[in-house]
Amino acid sequence: MDFQVVVLAGGTSKNLTPLVSKEVPKPLLPVANRPVLYYVLHQLEQSNLKDLIVVVEGKDAALLVGGWISGTFVDRLHVEIAAVPEDIGSAGAIRAISHHLTANDILVVSGDLVSDVPPGAVAANHRRHDAVVTAMLCSVPISGPSESGSSGGKDKTKKPGRYNIIGLDPGKQFLLHIATGAEIEKDTRLQKRILRAVGEMEIRSDLMDAHMYAFKRSVLQEVLDRKDTLQSLKQDVLPYLVRSQLKSEALSNRIPRAEENGNEKVSSQNNQVMVSQILANASTPSFHDLCSVSHDGSAPIRKTHKCCAYIASSSSYCARLNSIQAFMDINRDVTGEADHLLSSISDHNNIVGPSTKLGTKTTVGPHCMLGEGSEMGDKCQVKRSVIGRHCRIGSHVKVVNSVVMNHVTIGDGCIIQGSVICSNVQLQERVVLKDCQVGAGFVVTAGSEYKGESLARKEK
Amino acid sequence: MDPRRSARTVSDPKVRQVGFFTQPPPPDRSISDPPRHHDPIQSSSPSSPPVNDHSPSGNSLSPVMIPPPRHHSDTLLRTALQATSPTTSFPYSARTVTVPQENDDVSSFSPGRRVVSGKSPSSFPGVKASSVPASELTTVSVVNLPPGISEKSGGAAVEVQNDQLARSKPLKEKTSKAERRALQEAQRAAKAAAKAEGSKAPAAASKVGPSANTKPSKAAKPPSQKNDGSQVAPSEKKGGDRAPEKDRKKDAPHPRMQYDDASRVEKAKKRAVVKQTEARNRVELFRHLPQYEHGTQLPDLETKFFELNPMHPAVYKVGLQYLSGDICGGNARCIAMLQAFKEAIKDYLTPPEKTLIRDLTARISSYVSFLIECRPLSISMGNAIKFLKSQIAKLPLSLSESEAKASLMLDIDRFINEKIILADKVIVKHAVTKIRDGDVLLTYGASSAVEMILLHAHELGKQFRVVVVDSRPKLEGQLLLRRLVRKGLSCTYTHVNAVSCIMHEVTRVFLGASSVLSNGTVYSRVGTACVAMVAHALHVPVLVCCEAYKFHERVQLDSICSNELGNPDAISKVSGREEISYLDGLVNSDNLQLLNLIYDATPSDYVSMVITDYGMVPPTSVPVIVREYRREHLWS
Repeated sequence: MDFQVVVLAGGTSKNLTPLVSKEVPKPLLPVANRPVLYYVLHQLEQSNLKDLIVVVEGKDAALLVGGWISGTFVDRLHVEIAAVPEDIGSAGAIRAISHHLTANDILVVSGDLVSDVPPGAVAANHRRHDAVVTAMLCSVPISGPSESGSSGGKDKTKKPGRYNIIGLDPGKQFLLHIATGAEIEKDTRLQKRILRAVGEMEIRSDLMDAHMYAFKRSVLQEVLDRKDTLQSLKQDVLPYLVRSQLKSEALSNRIPRAEENGNEKVSSQNNQVMVSQILANASTPSFHDLCSVSHDGSAPIRKTHKCCAYIASSSSYCARLNSIQAFMDINRDVTGEADHLLSSISDHNNIVGPSTKLGTKTTVGPHCMLGEGSEMGDKCQVKRSVIGRHCRIGSHVKVVNSVVMNHVTIGDGCIIQGSVICSNVQLQERVVLKDCQVGAGFVVTAGSEYKGESLARKEK
Repeated sequence: MDPRRSARTVSDPKVRQVGFFTQPPPPDRSISDPPRHHDPIQSSSPSSPPVNDHSPSGNSLSPVMIPPPRHHSDTLLRTALQATSPTTSFPYSARTVTVPQENDDVSSFSPGRRVVSGKSPSSFPGVKASSVPASELTTVSVVNLPPGISEKSGGAAVEVQNDQLARSKPLKEKTSKAERRALQEAQRAAKAAAKAEGSKAPAAASKVGPSANTKPSKAAKPPSQKNDGSQVAPSEKKGGDRAPEKDRKKDAPHPRMQYDDASRVEKAKKRAVVKQTEARNRVELFRHLPQYEHGTQLPDLETKFFELNPMHPAVYKVGLQYLSGDICGGNARCIAMLQAFKEAIKDYLTPPEKTLIRDLTARISSYVSFLIECRPLSISMGNAIKFLKSQIAKLPLSLSESEAKASLMLDIDRFINEKIILADKVIVKHAVTKIRDGDVLLTYGASSAVEMILLHAHELGKQFRVVVVDSRPKLEGQLLLRRLVRKGLSCTYTHVNAVSCIMHEVTRVFLGASSVLSNGTVYSRVGTACVAMVAHALHVPVLVCCEAYKFHERVQLDSICSNELGNPDAISKVSGREEISYLDGLVNSDNLQLLNLIYDATPSDYVSMVITDYGMVPPTSVPVIVREYRREHLWS
């Protein structure tokens, strides 16, 4: 279908410290005991997209990610890994691999997207409207502000940054306005020109940019070439394209095509014009067309391009792993309500690995996941948590709403709530953790209590 | 005889170039050389200067010259092969008698060389050349041969010749029909190449003398014509065989799928690419028409975007646009479809072990069935598809893939230009004569042809007024109105409800049509019949503008048996104003059936005139056009 897929997997994100480290870059962060990148790749594979370019920040991370992909998806996907320097932003990453892009349209997917929205839908929408960019919008995850009672207060402050203010046309097809990131804090400015052209705009703040875009390659490359300052696709490129849709500097190819025709015979050109006119008259013109045509109905005076939106249906799941809170939520959702993302589902509501050993009177509640090779002592309670492989958990341990990664040792009598415990952590006896993040390899001494802290090996 | 022989000799140098020596001698040299030692040649047959020098005919008199080659070939015969025998017979007897036979023989005789040379009667001169006195040959070899070989002179050449004959002999024995055919094809290709090359050669040859220039060309022509003839004939025959078969099939109209036949619907569902949910509440009378829950197909199709591998992106896009209603209108849909097919053909590659004709036809059929699932085809599209398929079927087998693709793409362009664009222009020209100053013209919906007529009449400075009659739910008239008003026409806009009132002041009614059937029935946007009837009742002439490619031989008496059902929601809801929902809550009740018909049939009584690209005809003459048109354009 003439689409190329670029997966922006990222590297070691600062948002996610201490969860990510040199050993575990963000794409490999386990979500329900699978690297988060798996979900994207799996989704793409399901859609029959088997030629992918995965862009990873940093050489070491690229090596790790590449190793994992080749191990997991061998014979299933044709993946090329590109390592780009860190901190060049998503736009920079695309710039770096720009010369590999040849197809007409590019599908750019963020590697931290956990979603069941078919990429084909975005692509089809893109094609149908012949758009320059199509962004996938999804409703803000349900577990957002309302339900996150148990989550740390720290994350709440970050929350507004995750959402967008999005303006749509009445038909909900075109993006008219998008404000992301820091812009949301400021007053929102709408462009009069767009508003006048459309007549009516729907402003919504309950939609989230899922960072799955279909770009027209020529335009994307041109914009990236021309505007060096554009750093991120989401915060710079997309708003730029949306802003300039009625005075397009990014050339939609209409005008050059007309010039090409000029070289041909006059008659054939006339015919071409008539053909295009018939086609244009047949369809209900979008506001772009109306705006681009001057009032006397002669040739287009302004170049326009279309920015489309694909709004995922509310029943589909869509979330981005870009904060610790999101990490917790996704882990919970994937084992819980969105468990169709995992291909293997047991009869019970929880997934217990084949070789786990449970002590007597140990209960594993619904929406839990226990990796293989883990051992649990007596009278443990696990609720709504994910526990990785080869963990050793003593007796009288309570794990609620938490994520425990691989090779973690938890002493007797620990109580863990709403926390993330990375690999190779050692929790000695009677540790109480609430809303904490424990970095890899950290040792928590016996009897200590932490609340809402982030514990990592070096700093603390 | 002379010209023919000269032709051979002409081709000789080429044969040598390619057959014997891999290193191609610079053509300039070979041709510019002759003038230097030209004296002997001029005295001899004025034919083919470059050849003469290596061939024996260079000796001078061509008639005299003939025996030696024969001797030589005789010796060859004796020494090497019996295969040569037919050749020997040629120059003298056979040649004069039957040209085609000779041609055939030659082709079978030394296929290898001919393929390369591209000029058929090549085998002889080579032999002759080798037989020539050595002295002459050496001069030639300066031109053609690398020095080493030239020193060996005749002897070596003969040996080579022998080799070739030997090689050619088994070939000859084998040649089956198929091989010969392949050979001919190859020759054809080579000839095409040679022609391109030839443009250089004659130019160079002209230096030598005008006579030389003309003769080779003359000589070269007949065989080529023969070749053409022999090749074209079978393909034509095949085409002829096929066409009647097709016609026969088409004579019995394909039974349309009746959607109230449950078992057939089940089967069709299994085949379908697009998942369709059938609407529950359907009007009894229209049960036989496909009706699906609108809005269910699009998301499903979208999710499968990458999974429909065989579907070409362009076709897919057009399908989506049909489905979502982005493209409507007969001409536009047809053009969009043809352009998508053109794209698809451009990117088409024949899979190994398949023939283009069959495979491409199947491919197009699959595209078409996909498009049908998106939205039922219009009659005009059906005609366009028939045209395309017949063009594919008519492709000569000998065409290479790229040629075939190019010719098909040309055909598609031609169809769009001639049948739609030019036809529209002609219609405009005819129709404008019917518009007089002070007229009030009424049109219904938005027809591209009518729009062009109105705009053109306005450009001509005619003073008239337009009444645009429109109807819910599509309100296409508004788009037309917008364009007309923008161009400065004075318009009145009203809905079809008011047509009986406004008709009193109207002097002419111009209507577009989706199709005109052979009993004169006009099949068009729903509401057209109503407008036409009112106009008829008030004695206002009704002119239907319809391109001839939209005509169909079908006969239809009502708009029930064949029609299209639109989205029932479209009539129960007001787009853009969600708050208006008078039928809310009733839509799902069993007592309510919504009917959104797309087309209706206007009986020919109400139509005064049909304006088509063949002129203005009364509706009773439609069958004539249908008949003639078929014969002329689609099936021949």
